[in-house]
Amino acid sequence: MAAIEILDLEKSYSVGFWRKRPKLALRPLRLTIEEGEVFGFLGPNGAGKTTTLKLLMGLVFPTAGSARILGLDMHDPRVKSEIGFLPEQPYFYDHLSARELLNYYGQLSGVPAKERSARVEKMLGRVGLTDSAGVQLRKFSKGMLQRVGLAQAILHDPKLVFLDEPMSGLDPSGRREVRDLIQQLRNEGKTVFFSTHILSDAEALCDRVAVIHQGELRGVGSVAELTSQTQGKIEIIFYSQRIPAGLTNLGAHARISGDMVNAVLPEEQQDAALEILRSEHLKLISLVPLRNSLEEYYIQKLQPTEGRVQEERKGVAV
Amino acid sequence: MNSRIGFVAFNTFREAVRDRVLYNLIAFALMLSGAAILVGEISIDIERLVVVNLGLTAVSLFGVVIAIFIGIGLVSKEIDKRTLYTVLSRPVRRWEFVVGKFFGLTGTLVVNTFFMALGVFLALLYVAHRFQKMDFWVLVALYFIVLQFFIVCSLALFFSTFSTPLMSAVFTFALFVIGSLAEDLRGFARVTQGVAGWIATGIAYVVPNFSALNIIGAVAHGDPVAGRLILYSTIYALLYSAIAISGAVLVFQHRNLK
Repeated sequence: MAAIEILDLEKSYSVGFWRKRPKLALRPLRLTIEEGEVFGFLGPNGAGKTTTLKLLMGLVFPTAGSARILGLDMHDPRVKSEIGFLPEQPYFYDHLSARELLNYYGQLSGVPAKERSARVEKMLGRVGLTDSAGVQLRKFSKGMLQRVGLAQAILHDPKLVFLDEPMSGLDPSGRREVRDLIQQLRNEGKTVFFSTHILSDAEALCDRVAVIHQGELRGVGSVAELTSQTQGKIEIIFYSQRIPAGLTNLGAHARISGDMVNAVLPEEQQDAALEILRSEHLKLISLVPLRNSLEEYYIQKLQPTEGRVQEERKGVAV
Repeated sequence: MNSRIGFVAFNTFREAVRDRVLYNLIAFALMLSGAAILVGEISIDIERLVVVNLGLTAVSLFGVVIAIFIGIGLVSKEIDKRTLYTVLSRPVRRWEFVVGKFFGLTGTLVVNTFFMALGVFLALLYVAHRFQKMDFWVLVALYFIVLQFFIVCSLALFFSTFSTPLMSAVFTFALFVIGSLAEDLRGFARVTQGVAGWIATGIAYVVPNFSALNIIGAVAHGDPVAGRLILYSTIYALLYSAIAISGAVLVFQHRNLK
């Protein structure tokens, strides 16, 4: 069963004071996320990632379309018991301590009173906040608030977790901890849908990614497939303080870096390139085929399509 | 009561208490006791009248200010601070959130009123040296003040669902002032003819009738309060609050939380 089925979900807002006109925040979006998947929702700021998450959470209402979450209509109240949500740059009741806040959310999520206290302590431990559990949240740093946010999202053991920019505002060790947590959630069989614009995180964690830009879905793909495709080029690194003339003739783009040369050339020239190195007695350090990176895929998907260029010329508000 | 409403209400109450609102009231009670001592020294035979009038009016005004001050931010602050996102992404329905907020605020005000009433009764005891039978009606007047708070809270909550805190405060306070003059407005409507009469009648019956819920003057003079008035006033206040909360729910139910 699909964990999330987004069926032509669309959102536009009215802008302007006197003459109201619609501003499209999300073009009809059709997307399916399978159970147990870690799915990355990529896009630059203002692309429509948060709007999509807010639509799925029922915080804003769609202009058109619908979605099914865990087999139920997204507005079905039963859905909310099975999902967890971390908003972007979360704010919490700062008059509460982390322990009180988690207890409150546990109450609202229907965690039985008998289990609640133990569950709260376990979550505090899991996000490394046991020592600060009694401190009011107004004294917490941004990174600590993010941890509280993660704890509240998984407190009630949801099947599906939505995370909006979970690494934002975290230092490198904090980011690593969040990555580990998402990895643990995957191992526990949970479905994770997270939005980010940090591509290295998405590449390290996601089974599949979607790229969204200007409210429009630009592409969906498996990270493994995307990064396993070669570009038809190889990269050769060898010791030398000059670029052999033969390599340039083979169409290589080469540069000298210290006492090494780094050259990129077409795959079919591999044998000829190696022959040149051998004949000039140059020591090879490495030879690797160049693979596509998620970054390349992302950048490629952000390029305007022909239809979009025409629309932008016509001045369609997005 | 639905348990989620109770949880939201308790959190609202806890937030208000930690906002140090209650501590102001302790100061108020002390000030009132001081005023009672002063009044006892400068008035002859009407000490009780002055203390009841002064005390209950202060309880009412102070409570209304607190109700407006907290009520106007109940929903809008949660939207601005985005604390609502993590609440509404749980199995909490929007109407439960609104109703929980209402009960949290009214609960806070009931506790506040209790402490303020203690101040009034201490002042009464100081000037009269003992309690009298007619002091019971002071309790009834306090009950009427709480009914007023219910209406003010529901109005502040209603405006809070679609307006900024400042505008919500202006609307709620304006309605409190107009409502406190509702009997005069009704009298004016009775003697006005034509369209103006229709408009005046409409306004007089739409605005909350706070003047009917103000029995401080009568109680200060030791007049008893009819059981029927208590019943009708209770029904009126509860009905008016329920309508205002229903309006708040209706607005909030369809609001996009940008």
